[in-house]
Amino acid sequence: MTIHVRYFASLREQFGCAEEQLSVDGIETVADVWSRVTEGQSVSAGSVLYAVNMAYAEADTSVDDGDEVAFFPPVTGGAN
Amino acid sequence: MISLRQGPFDPWKEIEAYQDIAFGHKGTFGATASFVGTMRNFNEGDRVCRMNLEHYPGMTEKHLEQIVAEARRRWDMLDALVIHRVGTIAPDEPIVLVAVWSVHRGAAFDACRYVMEELKSRAPFWKKELLAGGGDRWVEANTNGYQQF
Repeated sequence: MTIHVRYFASLREQFGCAEEQLSVDGIETVADVWSRVTEGQSVSAGSVLYAVNMAYAEADTSVDDGDEVAFFPPVTGGAN
Repeated sequence: MISLRQGPFDPWKEIEAYQDIAFGHKGTFGATASFVGTMRNFNEGDRVCRMNLEHYPGMTEKHLEQIVAEARRRWDMLDALVIHRVGTIAPDEPIVLVAVWSVHRGAAFDACRYVMEELKSRAPFWKKELLAGGGDRWVEANTNGYQQF
């Protein structure tokens, strides 16, 4: 199946790209996507947030063919 | 109305224009509460000369809409205007405007604050500061506006 993976902010910089297409089998959850994209990468999983199709998700949220899965750090909008 | 802006905006003119032109509640509202967040030229002891605000097109707007919809469920509010900058911002420029109209002040005050606090904790925006002394850094975490100092 194909997953559209997107990265934002410091994670985008760590991955060196904003998005990629992941065409693999054996992926069931967000956590599976994360382990696949971080294989061989030194990316810190510190406090990563997840979204599936633009809705906040958990590590065990299931993913389907064609889904958009995003990884990003805690949000910091607005003004202090 | 939710609006993301690439360039500077004047929050007071936006409130006036929205109230005069786009708004269908003339004569029925008794309270308007607004919050404007402005970029400072310092943070955590350092001079900051620019800021870059990244967002997640689509998800950001969707979450701002959800937050305003939730405020409508919780309070008797008539309308809301939320404007948020994206891209490169300079000190003294407004970053965010939240304005809420209601019949009475209680709902306007409370809903305005709710929208602002939820925006900070849920809407996908990320700030990167460019420091006056050189270099840049991501802002790591948001503050809690309800914290007592």
